[in-house]
Amino acid sequence: MSSVDQIQDLTKQEYKWGFITAVEEDRLPPGLNEDIIRAIAVKKGEPEFMLEWRLKAYRHWAQLEAKQAEPKWANVHYPPIDYQALSYYSAPKQKKELKSLEEVDPEILDTYAKLGIPLHEQKLLAGVAVDAVFDSVSVATTFKAKLAEAGVIFCSFSEAVKNHPDLVKKYLGSVVPYTDNFFAALNSAVFSDGSFCYVPKGVRCPMELSTYFRINAQNTGQFERTLIIADEGAYVSYLEGCTAPVRDENQLHAAVVELIAHDNATIKYSTVQNWYPGDKEGKGGIYNFVTKRGKCLGKNSKISWTQVETGSAITWKYPSCILQGDNSVGEFYSVALTNNYQQADTGTKMIHIGKNTRSTIVSKGISAGHGQNTYRGGVKILKGAKGARNYTQCDSLLIGDKCGAHTFPYIEVRNATARMEHEASTSKIGEDQIFYLQQRGISKEEAVSMIINGFCKAVFRELPMEFAVEAQKLLGISLEGSVG
Amino acid sequence: MSLLEIKNLYASVNGVEILKGIDLTINPGEVHSIMGPNGSGKSTLAGVLARRESYQITRGQITFNGKDLLELKPEEAACEGLFLAFQYPVEIPGISNAYFLRAALNAIRKYRGQDELDAMDFLPLLREKMRLLEMDDKFLNRPVNEGFSGGEKKRNEIVQMAVLEPRLAVLDETDSGLDIDALKVVANGVNSMRNKDRSFLVVTHYQRLLNYIVPDFVHVLVNGKIVKSGGKELALELEEKGYGWAEPEMAGARR
Repeated sequence: MSSVDQIQDLTKQEYKWGFITAVEEDRLPPGLNEDIIRAIAVKKGEPEFMLEWRLKAYRHWAQLEAKQAEPKWANVHYPPIDYQALSYYSAPKQKKELKSLEEVDPEILDTYAKLGIPLHEQKLLAGVAVDAVFDSVSVATTFKAKLAEAGVIFCSFSEAVKNHPDLVKKYLGSVVPYTDNFFAALNSAVFSDGSFCYVPKGVRCPMELSTYFRINAQNTGQFERTLIIADEGAYVSYLEGCTAPVRDENQLHAAVVELIAHDNATIKYSTVQNWYPGDKEGKGGIYNFVTKRGKCLGKNSKISWTQVETGSAITWKYPSCILQGDNSVGEFYSVALTNNYQQADTGTKMIHIGKNTRSTIVSKGISAGHGQNTYRGGVKILKGAKGARNYTQCDSLLIGDKCGAHTFPYIEVRNATARMEHEASTSKIGEDQIFYLQQRGISKEEAVSMIINGFCKAVFRELPMEFAVEAQKLLGISLEGSVG
Repeated sequence: MSLLEIKNLYASVNGVEILKGIDLTINPGEVHSIMGPNGSGKSTLAGVLARRESYQITRGQITFNGKDLLELKPEEAACEGLFLAFQYPVEIPGISNAYFLRAALNAIRKYRGQDELDAMDFLPLLREKMRLLEMDDKFLNRPVNEGFSGGEKKRNEIVQMAVLEPRLAVLDETDSGLDIDALKVVANGVNSMRNKDRSFLVVTHYQRLLNYIVPDFVHVLVNGKIVKSGGKELALELEEKGYGWAEPEMAGARR
């Protein structure tokens, strides 16, 4: 057996999170029209302003759809999506409103236990509060009391709409308006839940916040929405994780995340994305079409995105920063891995508006099997952004000879005082490297994982400790069977 | 019992036969040198011993440490005590020298049923070996071989050898690219490790290295065969008379 075959063998580990949970669901019939939008609003008991907003978004989306204005510029390929064939609302059936974790369907709690997400507060990792979203609705948020003590609001989006309508009204759509793009419009019309977080003035959120997303139902889309606001001088670190069962057909996930940082506030947002990637022949898997954007509204504010993208059949995602406040800082650290027939077109946009704004982009793309990995990044320095600085580094690692890596950096500078740095590299994981480590006594599996982790180090060190460990393991598993 | 016994070894690389019937026996504590011109098969022999998988063994046997070497994976050969100092050490970006070497040592210790060392036990050991090779502490946290000069890479190989304490160390042109001061430092490191149980196979073009690492036996490899063997004086004779002298009967077959 040749060395290449052996390494390929070693990357053939299966997706471990692909089980299906048997819960009764409450779902709307497939199709999308104004009645469906109204039905979602009714099911969620939403105030009038939400319905109005949803309808405006829907009408905008319907126009785009009629014009076939779904974005086509990304370097990904998939058959047309029939938006009328999807169901836009699915929730685990429950008789009454949940008052505590004890009332959550044990099947669902069991699912999260299998995924290694302990929902019972006493079992939680010290300092991580979890909100769990199952299909379209949030099923449980932990550590609420402790957070409330600090004045931090962390709850499902639905609860926020009911209990904090003023905050929602003020900030919803302020960073990603429903007119932003096709998928953002769709999400705005039909989103069913997600997480909401508000950290008040001067408060440092006492623990990591985390949301765990799970798609369970068949033939549904998942459209969640996350809104995080850090008021003056506040700090919050937030992590999201996601998985889905193994299914033969593709499922659509179109989320929107909006972050707002006021003066001197910092938001750190980390993602470990592990949606079902499809099988080895490229059958099934999630279409992950996500709009994420943060606004550094105040001076000296900072937004930092860290993402580890190993799942999904197709990823279309550009977590971005609008650097509006003077001296504000935007960061983007990304590891994107495509194996088998996965495709990823991901990167960031840094829009420098304020003076002395700084941005850092570190992107690590890993392609294996027939995977296609595209980095697409935009850095824009507007006229008033005196003294703006950007540093971009994007590296690609190729494993085998059937995959691809592509890089599209766009740079637009309208102020001559800007300083821009761009570094890029493409390398191949070498048999020489693997042999070198083996000759020192390290097994082939460990050698591969060591080389990959070395490649991703600059990104992993941005993740909270326990998630960095998770991310390393996940990368090893996602690569099983692909190295050569 | 001998430590390494190579019998009638034939090996090919990419379908081209490079080694054409090698016989070589190395006993514990002996230092052997293989000399030969470019393309004679020296590095192929080193690679075969380290179990480089792209090399095909077409005939022959190799026994190492009582085991059939050709049945072992590269990492198993390493754990059995075979070390190759690479002619071209490989860079591993993002992985520190210290982390890498501890992982290597622990893999070997685990294979031998010994306890693994934690960082607190390991670092003093590594520092000591680095001092021996006159390498600065800053190399502890630098990524493996990345941004190292040619000489630093070669010294780093010997540091690794000193930490892993192999039974047989194969040095593949460790002298190439070294200035005379670095050559002495490397030779010192090697000599400090010579003992009655540990053996060395020193592969080189030049006699120069053998002034500092004095071998017990010298073998001349030409066109995939050992054409002459002798004591350390053979190296001097070769230096004087050239490889042509060593293989008159082979002259016609040479490229």
